[in-house]
Amino acid sequence: MTAVLELRGVTKAYAANQVLRGIDLVVGEHEAIALIGASGSGKSTLLRCIDLLEEIDDGDILLDGEPITVPGLDPVPIRRRLGLVFQAYNLFPHMRVIDNVILGARRAQKMAEDDARAAGQAMLERFGLGDRGQDYPDRLSGGQQQRVAIARALLARPRALLLDEVTSALDPELVGEVLELIRELKAEGMTMLIATHEMTFARDFADQICFLAGGRIIERGPPAQMFTAPAEVETQRFLARLLAANRV
Amino acid sequence: MSAVPALTTREDRQRARRRRAIRSGLIATASTVIVIGGLATFVLTSPGWPSVHRFFLNGHWFNVSFSSVLSGFWLDVRMFLICEVGALILGLVIALIRTVRVPALLPVRIVAVVYVDVMRGIPTLLWVYLVGFGVPTLNLSGLPTSPIVLGEIALGMCYAAYVSEVLRAGIQSVHPSQGAAALALGLTPAQALRHVIVPQGVRRVIPPLLNDFIALQKDVALVSIIGPQEAFRVAQIFAAQYFNYTPLLAAAALYLCVTIPMTRLTDYLQGRSLRERGAVLALGPR
Repeated sequence: MTAVLELRGVTKAYAANQVLRGIDLVVGEHEAIALIGASGSGKSTLLRCIDLLEEIDDGDILLDGEPITVPGLDPVPIRRRLGLVFQAYNLFPHMRVIDNVILGARRAQKMAEDDARAAGQAMLERFGLGDRGQDYPDRLSGGQQQRVAIARALLARPRALLLDEVTSALDPELVGEVLELIRELKAEGMTMLIATHEMTFARDFADQICFLAGGRIIERGPPAQMFTAPAEVETQRFLARLLAANRV
Repeated sequence: MSAVPALTTREDRQRARRRRAIRSGLIATASTVIVIGGLATFVLTSPGWPSVHRFFLNGHWFNVSFSSVLSGFWLDVRMFLICEVGALILGLVIALIRTVRVPALLPVRIVAVVYVDVMRGIPTLLWVYLVGFGVPTLNLSGLPTSPIVLGEIALGMCYAAYVSEVLRAGIQSVHPSQGAAALALGLTPAQALRHVIVPQGVRRVIPPLLNDFIALQKDVALVSIIGPQEAFRVAQIFAAQYFNYTPLLAAAALYLCVTIPMTRLTDYLQGRSLRERGAVLALGPR
């Protein structure tokens, strides 16, 4: 079976700042992989590179076995097959919630207005936001906004969902509702790659944990092994620091 | 815990607040009376005031000239409405050309940059003059020769340059993450501009845009130098013919009738957008 996503030796630098130094990663169908690591370790950049928002310097990224980082390839149709959710939600403040959710379906997928509205409304209802469609995003709580952002990314039925620190901007009491939603998606078999600081969540949710530091994947493995018996010193240090800060 | 007697009671605070309000009101009233009254006395007691009253504030000449000045003013209104629409469309086109980084558009972008530099750099009056007399001299068929149309074109061209800069600032002020979110949804760069970036950018600069329109609404008077008999021109002809300047004041009053409501609207919108961003800081005595 081909992997949904495959990264081979991906590197990326911003001027002299080498952010990714050769990332190899395979995300299989229905698999959820959590990327952990300190701020600046390259997690966000990696997700932006996969969604082709950044051009990689070297290596290959394959989606369903097909290379998507070939120079000259139009990124637009490829982005339509992936969903990306941002840390700061990035909802469109000038559009109502429902219009945020269906913009991609309407303009990228060219879905008919009525069909898109029906699909968007169904998605909002499923996420417990059925009555907020006519509101503007700033009327919603952070947790609700992030759920709208996830609905927006899901409406196009992406092959994989890329989640970039989706709970980091939320007040602690709002984190739960978003994580709950992600758990549901996982139960439904959505393929996911998640950058996160929520270690407890990563531990009981992800199939595999990848620890990033300095633009490399230092260590990877199933959560049980990574959190109890990490092999690498750097991983041990990172987890010890989190433990000291009461985050595990 | 034992009850500690409050050092300041609610009544004390309310009394202090009332005292402060009364004092502020008194100071404001007194300073207004002194300043306005002083100015009025100064002007009204000046040695030339009787002749000013006769030559500039003459009721008779106001009545005689008003209907002609008013009909001239309708021409102003028609001209600035057309100029505003034209400047807005051309301004948006220029702003987009200067924002979008497509290699094929480089020559157009150069033209746009030069255009904006030139239009902002020369006096509007001079440009009206050049277009008004230069274009007919070209003697090309198909080009307009009516001074009204030429005046509208000249003024619209000038203001398109200003409008384009305001719009460009608005478009560039939209955070890049908005564009990233639009692209991540699978929108093309053009769709991201059309549905996400431009609507937000334009909304932010509506107050400064209206500011430019206020300037345009009175600058239509410049078109008079190439002939059209708009309000200022009509008033000027009256003044020259009868040696009385009251018609000019009538024209001024008419311009104010459109510019002041527009100014108030701009202030209102500006205040609202500041409030929305929570940026209002009241300075003054507490």
